[in-house]
Amino acid sequence: MTPQMSNHALEVIDLKKAFGGLVVTQSVSLAIRPGERRLIIGPNGAGKTTLFNQISGDLRPNSGQIKLFGTDVTRFSPYKRAHFGLSRTYQIITLFSGDTLEHNVTLGLLGLRPSRWQMWRPLSFYGDLATEARRTLDAVGLLHLAELPVSDIAYGEKRRVELAMALAQKPRVLLLDEPLAGLSNTERSQVKSLIASIPRETTVIMIEHDMDTALDLAETVTLLNYGRVIVDGERDAVIADQRTREVYLGA
Amino acid sequence: MKWIAAAPLAALLVLLPSFAGEFYVNLASQILIAAVFALSLNLLVGYGGMTSLGHASYLGVAAYISALLTSRYGIAHGPAAVLSIAGTTATAAFFGIIALRATGLGFLMITLALSQVLWGLAYRMSNVTNGDNGVAGLTRPMPFGISLDSAASFYWFALLVATFAFLMMTIFVSSSFGSSLKGVRDQPRRMAALGFNPWMIRWITFIYAGFWGGVSGLLYVYYNKYIHPTSLSTTSSAEALLGVIAGGSGTLGGPMVGAALVLLLKNYASAYIERWNMLLGLVFLFIVLVMPTGIVPGLGRLVTGLRRGPR
Repeated sequence: MTPQMSNHALEVIDLKKAFGGLVVTQSVSLAIRPGERRLIIGPNGAGKTTLFNQISGDLRPNSGQIKLFGTDVTRFSPYKRAHFGLSRTYQIITLFSGDTLEHNVTLGLLGLRPSRWQMWRPLSFYGDLATEARRTLDAVGLLHLAELPVSDIAYGEKRRVELAMALAQKPRVLLLDEPLAGLSNTERSQVKSLIASIPRETTVIMIEHDMDTALDLAETVTLLNYGRVIVDGERDAVIADQRTREVYLGA
Repeated sequence: MKWIAAAPLAALLVLLPSFAGEFYVNLASQILIAAVFALSLNLLVGYGGMTSLGHASYLGVAAYISALLTSRYGIAHGPAAVLSIAGTTATAAFFGIIALRATGLGFLMITLALSQVLWGLAYRMSNVTNGDNGVAGLTRPMPFGISLDSAASFYWFALLVATFAFLMMTIFVSSSFGSSLKGVRDQPRRMAALGFNPWMIRWITFIYAGFWGGVSGLLYVYYNKYIHPTSLSTTSSAEALLGVIAGGSGTLGGPMVGAALVLLLKNYASAYIERWNMLLGLVFLFIVLVMPTGIVPGLGRLVTGLRRGPR
């Protein structure tokens, strides 16, 4: 892994993916600068999550390249990409429901530390992990629930745990898959200010349907439809574009 | 609090030979051996979500290596034990690479097939393994010059090893690695996205479980002074698996309770009923119906329920 100079945090080059005859990603190219806030929009089935799954390594593309900070990671397994500074959240909540919130976030921290291989020392001996996990939970406003199992907390709170797990890793590139899905208005504004407070060292790429909230967070927008990039660029330009209105926003 | 409650139990275990007859002391030794074996299987089944139907391989391989080295090649017990455990661990490492190409049912079938291969070898390669006659006339080791030939001394030896094994496996499941393992069991995809290597975590656990399976195999062959291909059979693997599930997989106490149950049923019931296997089946059916998660979690729930009082 020789560090190469690159102006981009994430580059997707001519990515293609098909499930049998169904083409879900067609020649998708993206270039995202470090620190950028990119919103990915598109109708249901446009291939947004499939694109995320290819970036995170859960799915192998048929062809094309994915580069993180100039390094080709197309053939990297998901865990290697995580060590390369990539983190993600899931549209469908993917937490450890029997474990406490603190343990969930601790796993996020542990994933990037060599101590995850340690077999002879109880996890509870790592005071720094617990402190760090609690600090992250505090940041998302869930410290008071730290000792509860995930199965006992409300849906909106689980969404924030999803976010906390990813944020705890201090990623260089963060993929957020519908972080606002199913949240009440109050929760939306909480999560919105949370996303807004993510430091600029982290590049944020977000799939979201709630345009009122998401557009405030975004600087650039990519519109996908049928696995293709339809429009791509500065937020206001994309929103004003005729094609965006046709495909997504409606007349 | 937990440790204070454990003190009388520990005292009872240590002092057992002073009040129990030889028959019961020997029975207790067998339970200890079965408990170590069940605990090692439980690392896979309960904590790793890898249901293996071939774990008897590791008990058998360790027992056979030790038996053959000491009886046929006249190697002393010390180096034979080391070679036996090393050989077993290497076998587990190799089998793990094959079996972990799959998960779930596929994994189960591969572990079953691999153990059948070893069982077949033990039966058919009679010039090495003595086939259906088994390897007999073995001796017990004499650690630090202490003879283990009496029931009590062997029991204490087994208790020492079993306690050490229990502690090591307890630390293992509560360690960072244990948390990684449980995470991979529950959400493998998420764990990979967080930076964990699910395959490697499963493989290392498979090897570690094989190691402790080998330790139980050594105790087994020391106790019986005899080894037969049946020890490698699917029946042995299945019995242990049933014990783990009946006792409560994914708990530390469960496999030990389950292993004890199987052995007691085998020893007592077989004295009265010829078809003791049927009784074993009925008992398991009862447990699965009444306490689907196993005896230990089931009783635990019962106790908390009683404490809270009727609702």
